[in-house]
Amino acid sequence: MTNKPQVNGNVAKRHKGVSYAKYGYIFSIPFVLTFLLFTLYPIVYTLLIGFTDLQGVAATDINFLTSNPFDNFKSILTNDTFKTSFKNTVILWTANFIPQITIALMLTAWFTNQRRKLRGQGAFKVLFYMPNIMTAATIALLFSALFSYPKGVINDLFLALNLSDTPIEFFRDKTTARGVVAFIQFWMWYGNTMIVLIAGVLGINPSLYESAEIDGASAVQSFFRITIPCLRTIILYVLVTSMIGGLQMFDIPYLLVTNSGPDNATMTTSVFIYRQAFRGRYLYNRAAAASVIMALIAAVLSGVLFFILRDKDAARLKKEERMRRKQQRLEQKNLAPKGGQ
Amino acid sequence: MNRKARTSRYTTLTIKYIVCIVLALLSILPFWVMFVNATRSTTEIQARAISLIPSNNLAYNFKVFEGKSFDAWIGFKNSMIVSVGATLCTVYFSLLTAYALTAYHWKMRQPFFTFIMAVLMIPAQVSSIGFYQFMYKLSWTNSFLPLILPGIAAPSSVFFMRQFLLGALNLDIVDSARIDGASEFYTFNRIVVPIARPALATQAIFAFVASWNNLFTPLILLSSREKYTMPIMVSLLRGDIYKTEYGSIYLGLSLTVLPIFIMYFLLSRYIIEGVALGSIKE
Repeated sequence: MTNKPQVNGNVAKRHKGVSYAKYGYIFSIPFVLTFLLFTLYPIVYTLLIGFTDLQGVAATDINFLTSNPFDNFKSILTNDTFKTSFKNTVILWTANFIPQITIALMLTAWFTNQRRKLRGQGAFKVLFYMPNIMTAATIALLFSALFSYPKGVINDLFLALNLSDTPIEFFRDKTTARGVVAFIQFWMWYGNTMIVLIAGVLGINPSLYESAEIDGASAVQSFFRITIPCLRTIILYVLVTSMIGGLQMFDIPYLLVTNSGPDNATMTTSVFIYRQAFRGRYLYNRAAAASVIMALIAAVLSGVLFFILRDKDAARLKKEERMRRKQQRLEQKNLAPKGGQ
Repeated sequence: MNRKARTSRYTTLTIKYIVCIVLALLSILPFWVMFVNATRSTTEIQARAISLIPSNNLAYNFKVFEGKSFDAWIGFKNSMIVSVGATLCTVYFSLLTAYALTAYHWKMRQPFFTFIMAVLMIPAQVSSIGFYQFMYKLSWTNSFLPLILPGIAAPSSVFFMRQFLLGALNLDIVDSARIDGASEFYTFNRIVVPIARPALATQAIFAFVASWNNLFTPLILLSSREKYTMPIMVSLLRGDIYKTEYGSIYLGLSLTVLPIFIMYFLLSRYIIEGVALGSIKE
């Protein structure tokens, strides 16, 4: 290996011979310390608790399981309530995400249509995004009151519109209870998704649309042939962030229905972990094992996101640069003996 | 043919407006019902749950809270302390970290940025059991510190501020401050902070809202009623003592989101801009 030619940039980075590089480290200390103390250490601690017998209110002594270290993980993976809660999390997330992305894409197409502009877009955006910023705990109890039985806003509405002859007990039926949770999640997040997608569309080169229009493409055609392909990265970003958020769904399912509804129909994994650790028998070790399992799933999803979001062009340029240098070095090597002679 | 095309164009436009108006109503009506019912009595609400006109029962609904566990004032005060504290920590230290990432050339700079991107998504629940046990050992349960201090390490905020500084910070200014003999820390506080004011404001809004709305962490840490934050106060409204006081439940809910409502309608433009900016990761 030959030495790479020394880049002279180092000189420019110094000012009058003084290096300021150490301030980069100094100014990062608060972030790093806080991260180590309040995020990394608790994560490691949680992982360790997963291998202990830590149970009972106010228990803190750590005793590792000796005979069967993976006992907590095994019992969580065979726990029916955990399985139900995981299944629910997947169902609730899917039932909220499909309408969410559909409506958000539709609104994005309408709001970015340059030929026929919709009036009042600013006001619509403000209103569509509004539920996202409100306290989820409050929204859960508000909807619990709106959907109450036998008298409630929704039941009154259904009877008045003849949608139903008798009041419906929404939280007594698995499907309707889940439906309400999924609806609230949809309602809270479609505005956010829409704004993200619109921002993505505004980043697309307008000349693409112009030339499509000249070629006689309709609005629908340019949406499906230009907008959707160009938004691929952003749609994937929305998908993965929503998935990771969905794995943590807590406030709405925890507060909307008392005791997670019929057959724990609205119990999510986060609610399960909370119940294990901070209610009843205070099974910290089991809850920790469940957290670790969920963390692994989230980590895989994050990995996917990281892979998607990495700067592809930069990566390609870097690779080309490396190839070019290699080529140069090879040429130099070949030329060197001749030059020396 | 032409006329037909025009009629169909108007029909699609009408459909678009109808859908948008329906969705807008869907956003407004639940909150409208909440605010209106906060002023109505239980009997009025039972007779007709939906009303668009306020009634005159507000004072009575307020009285119901006296001596009960739900105390909007305590919740408001505690949430304010926690949210303001966490927000200040988040915006100041995120900018400091972002400044370290943009203004200085240090060996670990790129690896550190990659690391921040990698931890961007770590959910709070992943560490909750260890976090609780750690705080319990420190006797920091029922303290606001574990709700405020973690704000110092906010990866998404650092990311946003870095993007901002890359575009807005001219390093020549920093250099001329050095020539004038300013220390690095002084330069940051007196030159970089004022330049970054728009980014600080946007991130402050999001940090404040996230902290104000957080239910999970306060719920596992705080057990003393004197320390309850707003979302925990809200969860108390589900208790049996309020079962028959519909008006008061709606009033309690209204009180918990009122600050956010006011903030949203004052700052909605910046909030929506912030959501759009935060999403463009390329």
